Amino acid sequence: MDLIESLNRQLEKNPDIPDLNSGDTVRVHARIIEVDSKGKERERIQVFHGTVIRVRGKGAGANFTVRRIASHGIGVERTFPIHSPRIAKVEVTRRARVHRGNLYYLRDRRGKAARLKEKRVQ
Amino acid sequence: MLSTRTREGRGQVGKIAAWESTGADWLGSGEFWNDAAGVGWQFHGGSETLKGILGKKVGMTQVFDEQDAAVPVTVIEAGPCWVIQVKTPEQDGYSAVQLGFEKVKPARLTRGQLGHLGQLKKSEQHPQRRVLADVPPLRYLREFRVKVGDLPQEGEQITAAVFDVGDRVDVVGTAKGRGFAGGIKRHNFKRQPKTHGQSDRHRAPGSAGATTGTARVFKGKRMPGRMGGHRVTSQNLEVVLVDPERNLLAVRGPVPGPRNGLVVIKPARKQKASRGGDEDDRSRS
Repeated sequence: MDLIESLNRQLEKNPDIPDLNSGDTVRVHARIIEVDSKGKERERIQVFHGTVIRVRGKGAGANFTVRRIASHGIGVERTFPIHSPRIAKVEVTRRARVHRGNLYYLRDRRGKAARLKEKRVQ
Repeated sequence: MLSTRTREGRGQVGKIAAWESTGADWLGSGEFWNDAAGVGWQFHGGSETLKGILGKKVGMTQVFDEQDAAVPVTVIEAGPCWVIQVKTPEQDGYSAVQLGFEKVKPARLTRGQLGHLGQLKKSEQHPQRRVLADVPPLRYLREFRVKVGDLPQEGEQITAAVFDVGDRVDVVGTAKGRGFAGGIKRHNFKRQPKTHGQSDRHRAPGSAGATTGTARVFKGKRMPGRMGGHRVTSQNLEVVLVDPERNLLAVRGPVPGPRNGLVVIKPARKQKASRGGDEDDRSRS
């Protein structure tokens, strides 16, 4: 397996993605490639702002899921492959103290109940 | 592509015209003759030049392509291989190239194998011995059919560089052995109901046929039995990565056999003529 690992290590060099943990509040800058009516390709960046509710996998196939509350209180979750070239960068705005790896319980909560306690870091 | 070589001393030398019209290149090519010496058909299997390599399955991972889509790939440690023997129609009745792969300790091989690999020194008692200077002791030997013409030299090294990114290849391996498997695993039979009064019938194969009329079970009836452990060819896989320095090759999708299993990689036999439609298949909206 050392060859696979060496391949994976080559992949793991995206300096724009910090170490992510469940409970982090992040702004994911996702590249979106659109084709307009004239058939021209256009690239823009869309920010997905929410809470990381899970980080899974390792190596090339690792991904993380971000949950945010969209308009009208609709919960939206999006899963990003960590090594996807479609991710321009990820900013961590807040880290929270959580007791679980997967924060699925947030799906059943809304408003104040869905808050997470902030982790104090020096 | 049918061979245009003619056989000297033969009467009628022909080609199978039907093959030419269907353009079924992947069937291989050959010559047909019908003369005083008899009727015959000479098959020249394989490619014009040697294009094939032996490798070891390393495992699977994923990479991202130009459209940023994740592509599942199998990484193969391909080569280096050495040409151990070149077979010619004059000597062996057909033309082929024998490749050797994977260095081993000489102690792991028999004297006969070492002799074939050119490892034994020539001496006064053994003036006939052939010596392949740059070839190490090798574990596996496999043959590739190659048309007469551009044959490599014995002792020549073959690396993953024989393939290019985008090539279509067939990968031959030995499937993982599953032991004695039931109909569900072996032939994709359906499971029977778990409830509604069933007992011990959940994974049973069901009826093996009719009683009246046939009164027997037909040959070839799919039943439980040994599964896996046999040769399997994965056809028409796309090469996505070639790294001759590190002897790496990656193909799209899975490949038969366990990790560290021997695989044979050769050009795809049923390659479709490229109509530029390939890009459409993979494009994402």
